[in-house]
Formats: sequence, structure tokens, C-alpha cells
Amino acid sequence: MNKNKYQPVIGLEVHVELKTKSKMFCGCSADYFGQKPNTHTCPVCLGLPGALPVPNKKAIEWCIMIGQALNCEIPLFSKFDRKNYFYPDLAKGYQISQYDQPFAVKGFIELSNGKKIGITRVHMEEDTAKLMHQFGNQKNENYSLIDFNRSGVPLVEIVTDPDFDNAEDVKEYLQRLQQIVRYLDVSFADMEKGDMRLEPNISLRSNTTNTTNNTNKPILKNELPPYKVEVKNINSFNFVGKAIEFEIKRQTEILDKGDTPAQETRGFVESSNSTVSQRSKEDAMDYRYFPEPDIPPIRWQESQISNFKSQIPELPDAKTKRFEQEFGLSPYDAEILTREKALAEFFEKAVTDGKKFDIDPKKIANYIINKKPNIEDTLPAELIQSIVQVHQVSSVDEDKLNEIIEKVLKENPKAVEDYKKGKETVIMFLVGQVMRQFPEKIDAGKVKAVLTAKLK
Amino acid sequence: MLNKLTIKQAKEGLKSKQFSSIELTRACLDRIKETDEKLNVFVTLTEEQALKDAAKADSVLASQGDALEAMPLLGIPIALKDMFSAKGIQTTAGSSVLEGYVSPYDATVVTKLKNAGAVIIGKTNQDAWAHGSSGENSDFGPTKNPWNPEYVPGGSSSGSAVAVASDMAFAAMGTDTGGSIRLPASFTNTVGLKPTYGRVSRYGIVAMASSHDSIGHFTKTVEDYAIFLNVTAGQDPMDATTADKEIPDYTKSLSTPLKDLKIGYHKQFFNGEIDNDVAEIYKEAVMKLQDLGAEIVDLVSIYSSNYIASYYIIQPAEVSSNLARYDGIRYGNGRDEFGDEAKRRIMLGTHALSSGYYDQYYNKASQVRSVLIKDLQTQFFNKIDAILAPVSPTPPWKLGEKTDDPLKMYLSDIFTVTANLAGIPGLSIPTGFTSLGLPVGMQILGPQFSEELLFQIGHAYEQATKNEDWRQKEPVL
Repeated sequence: MNKNKYQPVIGLEVHVELKTKSKMFCGCSADYFGQKPNTHTCPVCLGLPGALPVPNKKAIEWCIMIGQALNCEIPLFSKFDRKNYFYPDLAKGYQISQYDQPFAVKGFIELSNGKKIGITRVHMEEDTAKLMHQFGNQKNENYSLIDFNRSGVPLVEIVTDPDFDNAEDVKEYLQRLQQIVRYLDVSFADMEKGDMRLEPNISLRSNTTNTTNNTNKPILKNELPPYKVEVKNINSFNFVGKAIEFEIKRQTEILDKGDTPAQETRGFVESSNSTVSQRSKEDAMDYRYFPEPDIPPIRWQESQISNFKSQIPELPDAKTKRFEQEFGLSPYDAEILTREKALAEFFEKAVTDGKKFDIDPKKIANYIINKKPNIEDTLPAELIQSIVQVHQVSSVDEDKLNEIIEKVLKENPKAVEDYKKGKETVIMFLVGQVMRQFPEKIDAGKVKAVLTAKLK
Repeated sequence: MLNKLTIKQAKEGLKSKQFSSIELTRACLDRIKETDEKLNVFVTLTEEQALKDAAKADSVLASQGDALEAMPLLGIPIALKDMFSAKGIQTTAGSSVLEGYVSPYDATVVTKLKNAGAVIIGKTNQDAWAHGSSGENSDFGPTKNPWNPEYVPGGSSSGSAVAVASDMAFAAMGTDTGGSIRLPASFTNTVGLKPTYGRVSRYGIVAMASSHDSIGHFTKTVEDYAIFLNVTAGQDPMDATTADKEIPDYTKSLSTPLKDLKIGYHKQFFNGEIDNDVAEIYKEAVMKLQDLGAEIVDLVSIYSSNYIASYYIIQPAEVSSNLARYDGIRYGNGRDEFGDEAKRRIMLGTHALSSGYYDQYYNKASQVRSVLIKDLQTQFFNKIDAILAPVSPTPPWKLGEKTDDPLKMYLSDIFTVTANLAGIPGLSIPTGFTSLGLPVGMQILGPQFSEELLFQIGHAYEQATKNEDWRQKEPVL
């Protein structure tokens, strides 16, 4: 295979489930994970006759903030639309979504290699119910159950331009996106719980000739290939990579034979890291979108949009740069410390606390990166204390330490004997005896080292 | 005979203890038992609960002298069109698809009516899913016109109109998507208003075409209508399309004189196709309002064939989507139970929304709708206060006359759909009878949220004609 013969053209659709208290169009709790089926339901999310949707303001605000964090434009006019299709998990026979006037458009995410991935749109919609299929041998053992707890939970869909040409960039994009929504504190973005769902669409552009219509004219550089393969059901960043790699190989083989891959939707199969056809172009649904008459269109004032913007916290990229500049950290350290907002905040607090002891932020950064303290049950001040103590231990008077060690060894002949017979665990008992003689906490590692040397 | 009273009279009688709510309720139930076999008004009767509620109302009335002030419909028997969800009662929307579905919740309007003390006696028949202008398109059989049971009562709120016209209830709730309150009101000699879109909550009422559906009711007088609307109107946190707009006391300005009012009148009709009796009665009613001091202005028609064409695109589009949830999976029966009219609208609407057709149908119709809304304001309501128009080009027709010709049936909405497309209110009031003794009403249309003005005009007309012979007529059953 000639590696340069085809250029992958990859776009991505990501659904992010928001962590609002209530659902998108009703007051039911949106926390469905692990709950008893059909306990978080009402006429609205069950789609009962006569029920009407009332949009969740918080969810819309968060959707806009995601758009703003992705450098999008926020149009002053937006609306909801109905996406009509039948499926037993869709209570109303349509999903309330946004079609041609989403909340945010035209943004980008910049990757570490400097490449900008365009964001086509960010829109708001609702999740469906969950189907559980039961199969047995007898006719009456085949049935499906519907759990409506998830029905109507707010989802934000983020669609990129077809700007990727390799799986690694896609993975980095996904990590950055996950990091951003976590920084915004609008989603848990937990892959295992289905908070983020990934759908890449992949096609190959021929770098030499147009493979579709025998005109033998080279395809223009920014012209899209005449087909697109969408892969569904992917629940990890790694699998997205695998699916893309599989598709590139599969489509290359088809193109090499002079054929054009079919426009279709394929499903990812984890067990074989491959994809299988689910739905062809001919079966493509006509969703018959039209404006949702039950929800008036939304018109923003400039002031509202800037108010949302002012609520956006410092985002990972900005924070990394600031850590480099303000604290003199290496890009590598700064990146590690800003991966999670809570860790970055812990670090900054520790830096503030460390000032009193004149501790260099770089030392704090190293300590955190190497020792990986559990920041959930350590206070930044406690961390500073440990750093200070380590520092003091090194200044413990060597003569005094030697003197005390001699004394302890003399007082514990049996332990010394055991140790020499090979019972090496006794050393810790001796370390304890030594440390007890010091009023302040000293470095046990150092005591152990000196003890071991003396016992040789 | 208590069932013949108006709400106003019934309230006075309850207050002065001339009779009890139980007696009012029994009178209605007796009337139903006597005549419903002939008229086919009720799909579900809730006799037992109604009598319990009436007894409760009587005990409140006995213990609290001013109870009727806080609960303005205390002890008044009313009926609901079978589109309204009421907890524990079957809701069919006139279709066997929903037969057996018992709603687990109350529509907002139903909650308001219960809080106001109303006694719900049952759910009324209607064209299935509110699709129809005659009341014949019900899976539970057609409702008949009490003024002549060989004729249709108008639809789709057929049962509710007839319940009030034949004194089975003091008022009955209806819905108006393209004329479904005004047309049957006109055909049965009752008062029916389609309120401004967003004035009354739609929550809990089976949706027909969501951007057109208006929730109203039928009463015997304009004043009764106002008393009732005081209860049902208002913003609802459960309906995002209800307006954050103050609710006036609709009974306050009923008696304001009509002088200084400029009212538009159509001299010429659409294609000239209007029944002679209807035209005569309409002209007489217009003259009457002129006599009462209103300035009557000639109008070019506000009706255009483009409007009904647009309505019959947007409406089925919304219908096709709204009926999708009745998939036979969770409640009711399967989709094969849908009747021809529902299937027709599902197909029309699905086609109009299909990729490749959306622009030439749905989008075009929406543009016409926007032009209409603008034109109504600039060409009419900037210059005049209200518009008078017939409700239907013809008086009630015979059962079966139009059932095989859907287009003819659709065209009976020609004068009513304009208000639904534009979201403006329209009041239908009784104005007389044809030579065959069938009722004919007239519409008064005004700008959005002008219900008070419409009541003022309707009430003035009602008072001025109250001693005329035709006003004394009663249906003979």
C-alpha cells in the first residue's frame, strides 16, 4: 500500500451528557445511572398524550458555554427542531434537537502540533430511553424492556469539520474536549457511564486521480470524497483509534481495486477491532426536521452572551501557559498539572501556602508529579508541611544521629542479632526506636540507610 | 329545568341556597340520560365522581358564605372534550387508537377547573384527534345536532357544543385548531371563543397541530364565557408557549358601550360562495351593531385561498409528528386503528416535510403565515378595532353530505383558519336561524389578547337581541 496514495478525511460527532440536576424538558432527576428503572419519569419524558416540553435554562447556558470554550460564535437567534423517526426508545416519535440554527457555530480546538480542528456546530438535544432485550428459547421469553429514566436527559452534540487525517489527532482532540467539559464542570464526561459517545466519519481522498467517475482528473485538495462512512457505538478513545485504523485499511483495499466504498453507517465490534455494516445510504432516514412548535425560538441579548462568557473558568490551554510563565514550569510539568482542574487548583493553593516557607513552585510541582499525593484527602498546607520536613531532615545533625543510633543498637542486642541472622524486617523496629529519640519528625529513609550501613 | 340556567344564574341560586350543586348536577345527568341516546354526546360519563364532587361543593357552600368568590365555578357541572387529560379518566381523543387509555395526570386547565370547584360530569365526543368539521369523524359514532338530529353539529368539538346547546352541562371545554370551537358554536346556537394562542395552557391536552391549537370552551352566554375564561386563562410553567401577560377580569368591561369602536365588515365574500341565509343573517347582525353605535367600515377580504392552503400544509405536518407517539407500544391500540382522515393527514404532513419537498411546502406555507400576521396588523388592526365575519360559508349540513369529499369538508374552515394561523382570538356568537330552523353564528375577530373587546361587542349584541323571537327558541328533543 502506498501510504501517500490516499489521504484520510475524518470528522467527528461527539455527544456529551450534561450533569444538570433535572432533565432537558421536565423536572425529573437527570441522574439515571444505576437507578431503579422508570423511577425518574413524568408525563413529559414518557411522552404521554398532552405533555409539553419546557427547556432547561441551565442546560442551554452550559451548551452555550461549551460553544464559547470551543471558540465558537454564538448566534443571537436559535431554535429547537423536531427530528422525526420511529424507535421504541423514543417516547414521542421524535427527538427534540436543533437543525439549522444551533446554539453555537464555527469554533475550533487547537492541537499540540498547532493544527486547528474546526468545530462546525454545537447543539442541544435530548437523550432517548434505554432498551434492554431479553432473548430466550421460547417465544414468550423474547421481549424487550424500556427504561425511561434516561429519556430526556440533556445532551450536547459537538460536530467537527472533516479536518482530521489520522487517529492520533482524533484521540488528542477527544482528550482535550473531555478536559474542557470537565473544566467547565458541566459533564462528568465519564466514558464508562456513557457520558461521552463518539461517532467518527471516515473517508479517503485520492491524492492522484478521481476514483469515482473515471474522469482521471485529480481531486481538488479541499474537495471532499464522494462518500462517507460513519461508525457508531464507540465508547472509548482507544476504540475510536482502532475503528479509524480499520476503516482506513478497509477503504484503501476497496479503492485499490478501483471501486468506491459504500456510503453507510457501520458499527464498531470491540472483540475484533473491526467495523460491520449497519445501514446503507438507501436506508438513510429522512428525519423530516421542522421547527419545534412547543418551544418558542430563543433570542439572545449581547449582554447575556457576554455574561455566559464571563462564567467560563480559565481553560486548560491558558492555564498550562500561565503555569509555565508564572511558575517557571516546564511545558511537560505544566501539562501534567493542568490535566485535571482539581489537581491544578491543588497545586496553585500549595504554591501560595509554600510562599511562607520560601518553597520554589518547581519543587512543589516535582513533589506532586513524583509522589502523586491523594489530593482528595491531603490539604495543600499538609503537602507543604511534608516538603518542609523533608527539607529539615536533611539538616539533622549527622553526629547526633550517629550517637543515637549507637545507643539504640546497644540497647537492643536481640534485634541486632536477629537482623544479622537474616530477619531483615527487624530493621523497621530499630528505625522506630531511633526516630523516637528525636522531638521532630525526621526522614525515616535516611535513618534506615545509616542503620543498614552500620549493621553490615 | 335547573340545567337550563346560565352559569351566572346558577351561581346566584347556589349562593342564595335556592338549590344545591347536587340538584344542578342531577338535572344535567337526567338530561343526558334522557337525550344522549339521540345525540351521542358523551364518550365517558363520570356520574359517581360528579355527585361526590357536587356534595363536596355543597358542604363548602354551606360552611363558607363567600366560597364562590375564591372558587368561581364551585358546584357548576361542566364537561370536557375527550382531548383533555383528567386523572383517572379515559382519554380517547375520539379515536379507538387511544381507547382504554386512562390518563395518570390532569391537564393544567383541568387542575384550574377543579381548584375553582367545577364538577366534571364527563368527557365528550369529537372528531377523532380533532380532525374534522362535522363531528362525524369519531370512532364512537357521530354526534347529532340537537336542533335537527339529521344535521351535523359541527366539529371537531362536537360533543362539547351539543352538551351546552342541549343543556347537558353549563359549559364544556373544547379545542380550536382551525375552527373546532367556533364552527360547532355557530352550528348549535352557543357561544364559543378561540382565545389568543398562548392565553390558555395546552399542557395535558392531546395535541393536534401544536402551533395552531387554542384551548377554549362553550357557554350559553358571553358573560358565562368571560366568567369561565377568568379561571382557565394565564401563563403556565408547563407550557412554554403561554404568554407572560396580565389576565384582566373578563367580566368587568362587558357593558362598555360600543361607540368609538371601528369594526370592519366584509361586503364581498370569497368567490361569492356563501349561503343566502347565512349572508342575510350576517348582514342583519352587522346592522344591529351599527345601531348600537359602532362605526362599521367596509373591508377588502381578509380571506385568501393562500391561507387555507397554508393551513392544510402546516397543520398536517404538525399532525404527522404529533401522532407518531401513538405507536401501540406503551398504551392504546396499534396504528392500524387510525381512521382514514388521520391517515390522510399523516401522509400529507409526512410528504410536506420530506427532504426535497420541505422548501416548496412547509417553508412556503410558513412564509405565507408570516405575511398574514404582518398584513393583519398593518392593513387591518392598525386602522380598525375588530373584524366581523361569517363562521362558516354554509349552515349545518346533513349527516353524510360531505364525508366522501375531504376537500369540501376542509373548505368549511375557510373563514376560521385565519385566526389560527395568526394566533388571534375569534368569538363566535349566535345570530339567528335559517329558514330550515338551523342555527347560524357570526365571528368577531380582534388582534392578539383582545378578548375583552370581543366580549364587549358580543355582549352588546346579545343584550340588544335578547327579546327577539329567535332567542326564545329551544331545541326540541
